[in-house]
Amino acid sequence: MKEEEKGGMTRRDLIKGLVALPVLGGFVIGASSKRSHDRELKESILKELSIEAAEPPSSGPMSGDPIRVGIIGFGIRGHQLARAAGFATKEWIESMRQNALTNKNDTRLKDFLDQEDLNIIIAGVCDLFDVRAEELIDSFKTENHTPKRFRHYSEMLQSPDIDAVMIATADHWHAPIAIEATKAGKHVYIEKPMTHTLNETYELYDAVQSSGVVFQLGHQHRQTQSFLTAQDIIKKNVLGHISLVQTNTNRNDDNGAWQYLIHEKANPQTIDWDQFVSNRGSIPFNNEHFFRWRKWWTYGSGLTGDLMTHDYDRVNTIMKIGIPKFALTSGGIYTHIDGRNVPDVVQVALEFPDYTSGTSQEPGKEKGMTFLYSATLGNGHERPSIMMGHDGTMEIGNQLTVHAERRSTRYQAMIDEKVLVPEIPVFSYDPAMGVDGVTSATAKYFANRGLMYTYRDGKRVDSTFLHIREWLSCIRNGGNPSCGIEQGFQEAITALMSTISYKLGVRVEWDKDKREILNPNGVNYDEVLIS
Amino acid sequence: MTYTKNQLTYLVILRLLIGWHFLYEGVVKLWNPEWSSKGFMMSSEWIFEDLFQTMAQNEGILSMVDFINVWGLTIIGLLLILGLFNKAASIGGVALLAMYYLAHPPLVGIVSALPTEGSYLIVNKNLIELFALLVICAFPTSHIIGIEHLIAKFRGAAIDESTDSK
Repeated sequence: MKEEEKGGMTRRDLIKGLVALPVLGGFVIGASSKRSHDRELKESILKELSIEAAEPPSSGPMSGDPIRVGIIGFGIRGHQLARAAGFATKEWIESMRQNALTNKNDTRLKDFLDQEDLNIIIAGVCDLFDVRAEELIDSFKTENHTPKRFRHYSEMLQSPDIDAVMIATADHWHAPIAIEATKAGKHVYIEKPMTHTLNETYELYDAVQSSGVVFQLGHQHRQTQSFLTAQDIIKKNVLGHISLVQTNTNRNDDNGAWQYLIHEKANPQTIDWDQFVSNRGSIPFNNEHFFRWRKWWTYGSGLTGDLMTHDYDRVNTIMKIGIPKFALTSGGIYTHIDGRNVPDVVQVALEFPDYTSGTSQEPGKEKGMTFLYSATLGNGHERPSIMMGHDGTMEIGNQLTVHAERRSTRYQAMIDEKVLVPEIPVFSYDPAMGVDGVTSATAKYFANRGLMYTYRDGKRVDSTFLHIREWLSCIRNGGNPSCGIEQGFQEAITALMSTISYKLGVRVEWDKDKREILNPNGVNYDEVLIS
Repeated sequence: MTYTKNQLTYLVILRLLIGWHFLYEGVVKLWNPEWSSKGFMMSSEWIFEDLFQTMAQNEGILSMVDFINVWGLTIIGLLLILGLFNKAASIGGVALLAMYYLAHPPLVGIVSALPTEGSYLIVNKNLIELFALLVICAFPTSHIIGIEHLIAKFRGAAIDESTDSK
């Protein structure tokens, strides 16, 4: 057996030395054929779908003189708006500093400090609770400038020292303040829902239309990049004829059910209660009403106005659905039996018999869609928002996922050839990761767990910041904000129709030619809405 | 070290299989420009999660980790298949696998963030592959079957090939 001579090279040595070559050859053949197979699949799917990741809406420079902003309502949302605009209270900064010390993954303070300077001055504040107004002044005053406190919003709106206002009051004051601001020529950033009654909705619409002010309704999701990409998916008719859209609210905690803290210093001396209820008649002082106003129709808008509006506007951003023909709402108070009169479980069906996004089938099968909103404040299990079309289903959130429909007309050949597998997403989009034709289970998993953040120009950003920035850019550089008065009118009417339906227990119909809600029984809808 | 024919055969096959696996893991990442270890490290659990998350959040460290992974896997795979620098390659492979294991150990009370196809408790495939590489390191074969054999022959060194001597 022994044939090698020590020190000499034999053929046998060569074989032993180069045994790896056939293995490597096999590897190259295997790996390259796998690669070309995967590529072909991915390319044929992406070519078929041809979806483009959208660019963020353009927003111009923040140069020039600082814009002098007044904040009306400095509660929970008012604080958030101020932070998004670059102003955080001392208390918030200190608590975030502490959080960052104990948890170094908590980068909220760093994110805030890294945020672009929007070149504005908080010139004034109007809050009916002394503690909040004083907190703002104490936190935002500088050596050169102290924000002025206005006791009544009208004083602020008449002040020559204010260019623009951010309205984050209780819902029953949104429109009255916005109407007066618009008439006074102040630019308006207003929280959702836009209005609380029908009359003020028309009045605000006309006021903004006939003015030159820049008006932005606070649906910050308009800035979310995935929704902009989703617009392209609808435009390219990737889903086919969409017959059902379903969105949900799932909450199971006191804060989520608007059971906010009542400030220890709240009393008739520190709160201007009379002003708070001055457009709602004579109501005796009530601490709880002041801090938890979302729980009563007198001041708040219930799930239909408070939370459905976000979902509605998201879908309106993506699908341009406009005002529904019919709204039918049902619900009740089943979890939070605490004296509130707004329901904590709600189902809304909005009918759009004329809506079309195109079809892959024969003509005549492309019209009609239901938007279903389902909400509970008694369970937090997450139900995703989905758009269901004849050819595909899209799940929308920070990420987008599209699955092909097994019985799709458009993708039938691809499904038969096994190029498309209905169980595997055909398209997935994560603003942090880019577009992928065929996602791996792992990538999808990471995306769904929110481990990847949305970045713009390499920075993690807050969508409210982008929304305010867009508003300020339109004030400075011209242009129309993405959630202006047209979108706001659609949001407001849809929410009010849903609320009227809940209260009257009837299906409510919109007459799009007359631009009004049909009223066969002569009901005073505005009275119904606030009672 | 003396091997029987069977011992040598199985050791070489084990070396080739692990080499193949490393090489393909490396090449797949090389082909995908969007691949990053970020998600894997961000979702780390157990006592090293802070370390891994800090690494993932630092762009400089992250790109270094990605580079080491892509090229480490590819080169280690190639070396194992070729039978070259096998001791160093195995130890490098052990180091990578130890990181993968420690980032997501299948311990009681840790809900793995990674989708898996099987059921694991303490022992998972990373750990088994890690110890298989230690076996490759402790029972070297590349001086018998591999480029190292050729180099040695070329240098005229004496090789103990007990298998063949019997």
